[in-house]
Amino acid sequence: MNLSGRSVTLHDMSLRDGMHPKRHQISLAQMVAVATALDEAGMPLVEVTHGDGLGGASINYGFPSCTDEEYLRAVVPRMKRAKVSALLLPGIGTVDHLRMAADCGVSTIRVATHSTEADVSQQHIGLSRKLGLDTVGFLMMAHMIPPEALVAQAKLMESYGANCVYCTDSAGHMLPDDVTARMGALRAALHPETQLGFHGHHNMSMGVANSLAAIACGADRIDASAAGLGAGAGNTPMEVLVAVLDRMGVAHGVDLYRIMDVAEDLVVPMMDTPVRIDRDALILGYAGVYSSFLLFAKRAAEKYGLSSRDILVELGRRKTVGGQEDMIEDLALDMARAKAAGG
Amino acid sequence: MRVRAAIVGSGNIGTDLVIKALRSEWIEPVWVVGVDPASDGLRRAAGMGLKTTAEGVDGLVPFVKADGIRIAFDATTAYAHAENARKLQAEGVLMIDLTPAAIGPFCVPPVNLKAHIGTREGNVNMVTCGGQATIPMVAAVSRVQAVEYAEIVATVASKSIGPGTRQNIDEFTRTTARGVEQIGGAARAKAIIVINPAEPPLMMRDTIHCLTAAEPDQEAITASIHEMVKEVQRYVPGYILKNGPVFDGRRVSVYMEVQGLGDYLPKYAGNLDIMTAAALRTAEMFAQEMTS
Repeated sequence: MNLSGRSVTLHDMSLRDGMHPKRHQISLAQMVAVATALDEAGMPLVEVTHGDGLGGASINYGFPSCTDEEYLRAVVPRMKRAKVSALLLPGIGTVDHLRMAADCGVSTIRVATHSTEADVSQQHIGLSRKLGLDTVGFLMMAHMIPPEALVAQAKLMESYGANCVYCTDSAGHMLPDDVTARMGALRAALHPETQLGFHGHHNMSMGVANSLAAIACGADRIDASAAGLGAGAGNTPMEVLVAVLDRMGVAHGVDLYRIMDVAEDLVVPMMDTPVRIDRDALILGYAGVYSSFLLFAKRAAEKYGLSSRDILVELGRRKTVGGQEDMIEDLALDMARAKAAGG
Repeated sequence: MRVRAAIVGSGNIGTDLVIKALRSEWIEPVWVVGVDPASDGLRRAAGMGLKTTAEGVDGLVPFVKADGIRIAFDATTAYAHAENARKLQAEGVLMIDLTPAAIGPFCVPPVNLKAHIGTREGNVNMVTCGGQATIPMVAAVSRVQAVEYAEIVATVASKSIGPGTRQNIDEFTRTTARGVEQIGGAARAKAIIVINPAEPPLMMRDTIHCLTAAEPDQEAITASIHEMVKEVQRYVPGYILKNGPVFDGRRVSVYMEVQGLGDYLPKYAGNLDIMTAAALRTAEMFAQEMTS
């Protein structure tokens, strides 16, 4: 694969997707310390919010240590070069949250929907664009639909005003050929001025390989996370991706040693447990299950005496989508009852 | 004698309402109002012997008095509802609003319908499908003890969510949360909607979490919830308590599934069925008062 001479914008996820393995308990001081270090490493974009985006604070997804607004107001003014983005899932967050984030000075709003439901993003993408923000459409669980179906949804987001559309491998299920098929189809179908992005999860250890496949298809932005801090087995590990891109001659503007140090000195010590491909994270990727379900399934398994792997496989079989965390305790209760009945 | 009613809106919701109303002991559906002469809903209504107009509410107004229309269901859009309500209320018609316009007070039949009866209300609003499915459960907890915070998660089949809701999904979350506070009795509330495209379509699911102000009285809350489920089942037989109440500290969680009757809408669209069933139930209660 020859990517020499290409350039990409890297987008760090450790302070947003990384909220999942932290159960949304990253302190304000940690947020500022990591964001500042990322900025110094040359990271152009840093995402900051609750793991489930603006307005994610809830019983269902977890209450964070601080509000989105507190995090954003602490981080944004400290950035020298880096821009800050915020994620928004329509159905969870609203345009009120979007306006708040804009008021805090974010440069980028990323509006995320399930890969088949882009038409719920119209009002949020429209407002973000109207406010003059860099506006990204983020199609989650993109492995669940064929490339041509993903293209149709991406075109909707483009028509609402998104200047960039993402193929998001929320389950870490895709293999490089799956990425190539989707990113290639998107590049061929969207306006040439519409940027493309790829967001990977490392559940099958494909984060870096999939990111390279995306760049080969013309991806302009790649999401990754310092030390991989993210849901499931984490996101594409940023420092590894940077090292690989350096060797391949892809321009990105991030300093390898500095990003290695952010990962090793700041992010790894924050981890409650190692973010790695354990059997549950692997089954997320294998069965195509939303990565944020991991800790919920582990907790339900412990509480009801079940196997977390069984719970995750069943969630995959039922074609659950992002946001259905409430299904996990419900399902665990059903499974526990079946088990008690000898079923 | 049954009270004569008009159904404004000839889409899926309006058509389902017609079928339900034809079975009612208290309501006689007489008119169906649409805007598209070629619509399937108007054709069906005519086939069932109802009078129809494709001229919108203006096509109905001249006949309100002569045909003795006293109740109108509005299953159009929030935008259209304001005008529809103005014109029909001027004719003395009681509006039952299934749109998110929420001009009139919220009505969730097993919780606060009785409070509306006799108040000569001219317009009542049915909140949202998520509200109809979850507010009774929040009320079941809050009538036992104070609820500091309630959160509802409605998961619905992609096929059951129309373009109106999709274009303004914030209206769903905001209106539902407001209903959970005002009618459910929670001090603060949040509503979440998740749309799932699985095939075959999944049944509407609703999770209701309450945080009680003090330790929850498990026995009293459990009894109250079971009683409320029975109340809702009187008009939505497929309103099922799947799991719970689960007690975890001050958290009380209830997991519901809502299966529709499958009149015009498919059974999985319990979210739409609970709206039409609640609207009809509301109309029936007003009709009983009108004729007593």
